Amino acid sequence: MEVPILKQGDILIATVQAALTDTDLLQLRRALVEKAARERARAIIIDLTAMDVMDSFASRIMRETAHMIRLRGAETVIVGIQPDVAFAMVQLGLTMGGVTTALDLEEGLEYLHRKFTTIL
Amino acid sequence: MAQPIPLDSMHTSGPMSSARSHNELTAEVLHELVEHLRQNRTQLREEWARRITEARLLTAMTKEEIFAEATSVYDNYVEALATGTFEALQAYSRNLSERIIPRGVETHEVVGIVLLLRDVLARSLFSKYQADFTKLDRILDAYEPAANRIANTVAVGFVQERERVIRQQQEAIRELSTPVLQVRERLLILPIIGVIDPQRARQLTEQLLRGIRTNRAKVVVIDITGVAAMDASVANHLVQTVEASRLLGATVIVTGLSPEIAQTLVNIGVDLGKMNTVGDLQGGIEQAERLLGYKVVPMAEAN
Repeated sequence: MEVPILKQGDILIATVQAALTDTDLLQLRRALVEKAARERARAIIIDLTAMDVMDSFASRIMRETAHMIRLRGAETVIVGIQPDVAFAMVQLGLTMGGVTTALDLEEGLEYLHRKFTTIL
Repeated sequence: MAQPIPLDSMHTSGPMSSARSHNELTAEVLHELVEHLRQNRTQLREEWARRITEARLLTAMTKEEIFAEATSVYDNYVEALATGTFEALQAYSRNLSERIIPRGVETHEVVGIVLLLRDVLARSLFSKYQADFTKLDRILDAYEPAANRIANTVAVGFVQERERVIRQQQEAIRELSTPVLQVRERLLILPIIGVIDPQRARQLTEQLLRGIRTNRAKVVVIDITGVAAMDASVANHLVQTVEASRLLGATVIVTGLSPEIAQTLVNIGVDLGKMNTVGDLQGGIEQAERLLGYKVVPMAEAN
């Protein structure tokens, strides 16, 4: 299942709609990393609200995606991780080190706006 | 109106020629029995209420209340005998239990009064049919299983209601033991007091993570001044809670670590870069306010 990537000004928003297979995850990473530079995005928000399970592969792909996007000159915020999912991830040792996280899309946008205005 | 009692669910004994004729016979006998109980309603009811008072049951209730309840129980009892359905009686006994449990009525009292009614009714049957022993035998064959089932239904209803109340209270205590409090917009405090076992730790985490989401918290202060010590697994759990909160976008500040807990955390090798700790609750709240962009100044200075 393909994840739609919307452009909102300088920000790209990828909203996961349903559980993703490993192939979907890799495809999402390819699309995001490619689009980040093509659309000259300053930031990317990945909304995981619909993800009921985050296994080690999904967590690793998300972390790698964030780091790859960083190298391509944009920032990544991961939003919408469910409380249960968060705790399960931590118990598996998947702590997403070095990746910014926020409660939901709204919080993620607010974080980025604040950050952009202080830089400017 | 008098339907046969579902016999498959009841145990009966007695002379019978075939199952079908036995069914009909029981229905007929029950019908007669119910008629007898309806006709003598006033007298039997009074007799029962008198026996309850005599036996010093339901001391928490007044005489009038006992009589009123006795009337309802009597009517429901006869109804259950007549129709062979126990739903109405079940609902009534649940409702009755709900009302009398808070007043301190004990299980033995409830079972006691139902057994008394059984006794009162049986005695009246004995005296009515004492001349005709065969008939009495048949009446008792029909009456005993139904009466037993009624007593069972009422007692089980009472005990279930009590268990429900106990469960509710346990739930309340558990929730009280882990309050998640909002002190400012987007700032939560989680004061922990007492011993933390793995079950409580799990519950704390659950409530905190849920609290972060519902209050849209950005900063959480976990105060463990009231916790003297914790073992490595609970300490690990605490660290995991801090990390899980970060995944929800909230920063956690842990305050009031005792020397023992500090030792435990160092022993399990906590990454101190990830863990935000401040000496006491006041310091923790001050730092949280700074993170949120608040500045608290005395009124005089502000003006």
